[in-house]
Amino acid sequence: MKRLYYELIESLRIAFAQIWANKLRSALTALGVIIGIVAVSLMGTAIKGIDAGVDRSMAGFGDDVLYVTKWPWSNVDDWWNYRNRRSIRYDYARQINEWIAANPDTSLKLAVPAAERFTTIIRGEYRLSNIYTLGTTADYARITRSDMKEGRFFTDVEGQAGANVCFIGFDVADALFPNESPLGKTIRIKDQLFNVIGVAAKQGSFLGLFSWDSMVAMPLTTYRRYFRVGEDCEIRVQVDVLRIDQAREELQGLIRRLRMLGPEQKDDFNINEQGTIRAQLDPIKNSLFFAGMAITALALFVGAIGIMNITYVSVKERTKEIGIRKALGARRRTILLQFLIEAVTICFIGGAIGILSTAALKSLVELIAPSFPLVNSLGLVLLGLGLSVLTGVLSGFLPALSASKLDPVVALRYE
Amino acid sequence: MTPSSAPAAARPVRPPGQLVIQIDGVTKLYQMGDETIHALRGVALTIRRNEYLAIMGPSGSGKSTLMNMLGCLDTPTAGHYDFNGKNVATMVDDELADIRNREIGFVFQTFNLLPRSNALHNVELPLIYAGLSRSVRLERARQALTDVGLGDRMHHRPNELSGGQRQRVAIARALVTRPSIILADEPTGNLDSKTGVEIMDLFERLYDLGNTIIVVTHEEDIARHARRIVRLRDGLIESDGPAH
Repeated sequence: MKRLYYELIESLRIAFAQIWANKLRSALTALGVIIGIVAVSLMGTAIKGIDAGVDRSMAGFGDDVLYVTKWPWSNVDDWWNYRNRRSIRYDYARQINEWIAANPDTSLKLAVPAAERFTTIIRGEYRLSNIYTLGTTADYARITRSDMKEGRFFTDVEGQAGANVCFIGFDVADALFPNESPLGKTIRIKDQLFNVIGVAAKQGSFLGLFSWDSMVAMPLTTYRRYFRVGEDCEIRVQVDVLRIDQAREELQGLIRRLRMLGPEQKDDFNINEQGTIRAQLDPIKNSLFFAGMAITALALFVGAIGIMNITYVSVKERTKEIGIRKALGARRRTILLQFLIEAVTICFIGGAIGILSTAALKSLVELIAPSFPLVNSLGLVLLGLGLSVLTGVLSGFLPALSASKLDPVVALRYE
Repeated sequence: MTPSSAPAAARPVRPPGQLVIQIDGVTKLYQMGDETIHALRGVALTIRRNEYLAIMGPSGSGKSTLMNMLGCLDTPTAGHYDFNGKNVATMVDDELADIRNREIGFVFQTFNLLPRSNALHNVELPLIYAGLSRSVRLERARQALTDVGLGDRMHHRPNELSGGQRQRVAIARALVTRPSIILADEPTGNLDSKTGVEIMDLFERLYDLGNTIIVVTHEEDIARHARRIVRLRDGLIESDGPAH
């Protein structure tokens, strides 16, 4: 055991001396491994980055909210089956809240109605088209996660009265009021004037996902007065996130009762949650994963061939040295370890350089495109180093084995 | 002959000690293409502790093959080989490696030092394979280098040393494991005659200190330093007797 330890130390010493003596050769050989590790860790950071980006983009909603809608969020092919569904009524929110008050044990917490459309907002010569406009109740402020930059959300009184007030997102405020505070100023939507009472803090967006930054919220009563006669909206229900499965069932039963569905009738509504949006990104993540894996596998394969080749060259060059070491009492294992460790060391250094390169690339991307998220992690670093060591072991083994089997007499005579 | 190389008969002969090497009926065949070469055709030899033996013979006599065999670098095709009572003929590679490490100190014609390592590390190397701790290794390697007169050259690399100094490093490396025998293959073959004499004087001193030495050579002058000369011809022992 002690002998093995001393041999390992000696092998490491030889490996570093050898790599140092053949710097250029070792660097070129390690290139394949470097590229492979950069590929795998970049892929990993990008996938983690997408998750982080989605998290950031959805932070305004909170993952404890269920959405009762007429249409499912995922794409459907048989849209005609959904078209004739009955509307989701504003009043459901009030009825759900009454039911919550009567059932203290429920996993549901608070329901708000939300009606939405895209409008054009005008202020003086500034004009913003296609702005997400939300009509809701004062309770909305309690289920959203986004922070307030200045001002306030509208109150219940304003909500009931149908006041012409609005709460605007950061980007909207920035575009309409470039150098001043929008509080107390008026904006025009569909020829109606609205008093700005609050601005949300910047939240950021990702991959074109919806962002709270470019939205306008107003009391539902006001919204209905100006925009729509119908009843159609959606209901957002805040639930106890630890009992989300129970919440889904309770909500489903409750809505069925409100819509007076018989036991034999199917649901004519959908209950959605954020996971649905996340699931829509899975194909992107999967193709990133497979592309990254393919590049990694290819680069590491080429790298492994390079390492194998260079180790064979090294064995050939040092045949005499192997003979000397064997004459002095080196066992097969000793020689095997020596060359294996040399191959692994080159790969390990290559892997470490690859990880550092990824970190550098990540900083560069952050500098050029700050909105594109990349997230590194210890797991990825360990994965990269593990993969490079594995490459070294696999590619170095055969040459090292051939070295260990050399006949000492023949090896000593080799010039 | 320089004055230091007096006839061997005038020198002290230490009484032979216990049996170290005993070979009997050893043959070795090599396959060279379609041809089979009989390098050894049945050699019997006994070597005891405290002997100073020269193995002589012209090229092609089987002398190198016999040396490889004695040094446990190779195993015989047939025949018995006992080293310190252990049957070496049937040992596998790693067992032979351990015998070489502990029992045999090699001195080669071309020195065979590791070019990138300094003298100290070259001498330390067999002790690494013996599994000794670093402090013990360094202490013994320093001692061995001092013993061969290179106490001030420990951190020089082989290419910074003269031929004679390189061979001294090699001898220190052979001594450092305290082996049963020192096996020298043409130890002066790559040295000028003056340096060669110095090296043979060093062997003389090592013999006086109680080492068992086998020198393989084709030079009579070198063989004359030994106390016993074994002559090989065509794979057989031609004569075996005291040097005179």
